[in-house]
Amino acid sequence: MMGQGRLAAWGMGLAALIALPFVYRDPYHLHILVLILIWSFAYTSWSMMGRFGLVSLGHGGFMGIGAYVTALLWNHLGLSPWIGIPISMAAAGALALIVGYPCFRFRITGHYFVLVTLALSGIVLQVITATRDYTGGSLGYTPNRASGNKLLALQFDDKTTWYLIALAVWLFGIVVWHLVDRSMARYALEAISEDEDAAAAAGVDVTAEKLKITLLSALMTALAGAIYCQYQMFITPDTVSGIAVSLQMVFAAIVGGLFVSLGPTVGAIITILLAETLRIGFGTKAVGWDNLVYGVLLVLFIIFLPKGILGSLLDRLKPQRKVSRAHEQEAVQIARPGA
Amino acid sequence: MGMQAFLDIFDIYLLEAVINGILLGGVLALLALGLNLIFGVIDVTWICYAELVMIGMYAMYFMVQYYGVSYFVAAPLTILLVAVLGAALHYLVIAPLLTAPPINQLLATGGVLFVLQSFATVAFGIDFRNLGIRLPVLAFGDMNFSYARLLSFLAALVGMVAVYLFMTRTFTGTAIRAISQDRQIMALMGVDTRRIYLITSAIGGGLAGLAACLLVLQYDVHPFVGLSFGPITFLICVLGGLGNFIGGFIAAFVFAEIISLGGLFSDLEWGYVLAFAFFIVMMFIRPAGLLARRR
Repeated sequence: MMGQGRLAAWGMGLAALIALPFVYRDPYHLHILVLILIWSFAYTSWSMMGRFGLVSLGHGGFMGIGAYVTALLWNHLGLSPWIGIPISMAAAGALALIVGYPCFRFRITGHYFVLVTLALSGIVLQVITATRDYTGGSLGYTPNRASGNKLLALQFDDKTTWYLIALAVWLFGIVVWHLVDRSMARYALEAISEDEDAAAAAGVDVTAEKLKITLLSALMTALAGAIYCQYQMFITPDTVSGIAVSLQMVFAAIVGGLFVSLGPTVGAIITILLAETLRIGFGTKAVGWDNLVYGVLLVLFIIFLPKGILGSLLDRLKPQRKVSRAHEQEAVQIARPGA
Repeated sequence: MGMQAFLDIFDIYLLEAVINGILLGGVLALLALGLNLIFGVIDVTWICYAELVMIGMYAMYFMVQYYGVSYFVAAPLTILLVAVLGAALHYLVIAPLLTAPPINQLLATGGVLFVLQSFATVAFGIDFRNLGIRLPVLAFGDMNFSYARLLSFLAALVGMVAVYLFMTRTFTGTAIRAISQDRQIMALMGVDTRRIYLITSAIGGGLAGLAACLLVLQYDVHPFVGLSFGPITFLICVLGGLGNFIGGFIAAFVFAEIISLGGLFSDLEWGYVLAFAFFIVMMFIRPAGLLARRR
């Protein structure tokens, strides 16, 4: 249960976050904050299933569907994002079920699951590129500027509005994370991640539980993609879908820490600030250097700080929690096929 | 009359696509073999496998096009280079993580994917480059086959036979196969597992290097070229059963046919999409891979 003190801390932090854009108006910094909030939401969505050992590298696909379906419906059919976003989320959800059902029903776990989902994000990228007559292919795609009602088109020019929208979406993600954290599903999924057969024997419907969390995670990721598209007003297959985006989600969640609600957010803050600093530091004349340093740092991170920054910090602050968190070492283990 | 002519042409195209599929399958099988070898022996998936191929393709491009080295001299050098890269990848990234949770090993190779892609962007730029070697087209009846594809197919077969002979006829090969069966016991039998892992990684890299020499004959190289055949290699390995060499071999040809026949009706990308749809259907029918032993 959340203590009075922690609730008060959350409330004060949130009040400060809401008040921020009215006090501090630097557009560049607000832009970075909006990006951090949107990506935090995406990373939180990934860690919804990632924390239970369901390592998906297909979330770039779900995010791409969220962004592209919303934008395509708006440009080609004039459908408002208020309708387009639910449709795009439904599409991502349907894909998650189509790929997830055989995986879970037939016990495709571990390396197999990772590779299947990896291929999924690769294929979504291929489809976006192949349908270049509609999607603009790898050159990117821009939703048409709204001529009439800005609210109906979900297009806003000022950063403050976007900051508040992103904050609300991010908060929604954290709330869902806590709801799952306190639900029966969490215990079922933790049991599954430790031993599928034992969980099934104890009466857990393994396939259904895994499908539910995958569906939830995919729906939220598609929403993140749609919001990102509405904010940036320009998407390319490489920035919202594909293997690179999927890997980026996993890295950020790992860097921040998978097993705490604010872990993915910390991961987003660190990775985006790092990428942005490197981008500015190297300037435009050194394209690619920022990613090179970024990649090397990520590899070093995984070798030397596998529990993530926030996770390692919390472990150090509260050594007594180590006992109850023992399963987490197991949770991230990928079961050896046939073992 | 017109209908008959249409059917004739269609059949020829169909046959041509089938044969081109077989030729494509050779290179895909080579890639799947390398990935399966690494997985079977070290129990690690190299997500950056296709990026090693990309580096090999650049090596070929620079040696042949820039320094004027003959193709047949450059090819062994490239294979050696990528083999060294594979061993270095194991030594620097995988070996420190051997006792870590497998997901960390997987993600570390994902980080290497980032590193290799951005390294290529920094060092070589994002332009598409090709070898500039235009091999003749073989006309066979009314069908046309690229000589490059035929050569690739044959070289891929030779490469696979060489690996097979190495694995069955040499002591090291036998030790590699033994380790894939039981990781713990082999150390007690006096086999240096670290050495075997390094050799396996070098062979896996060498296969990626060979694939690079062959792919560079048919495709332009750019920093993101790995993305166009990486995912399909992963699907092949899963469908064939990870670590199952024969399953991977068969699956490679099945996928190559789907891509080739799918490409007959539309773009190559749609061939990939068809292959993925086929893969999902196959998961319902044979969930543990094409040749899985039932537990």
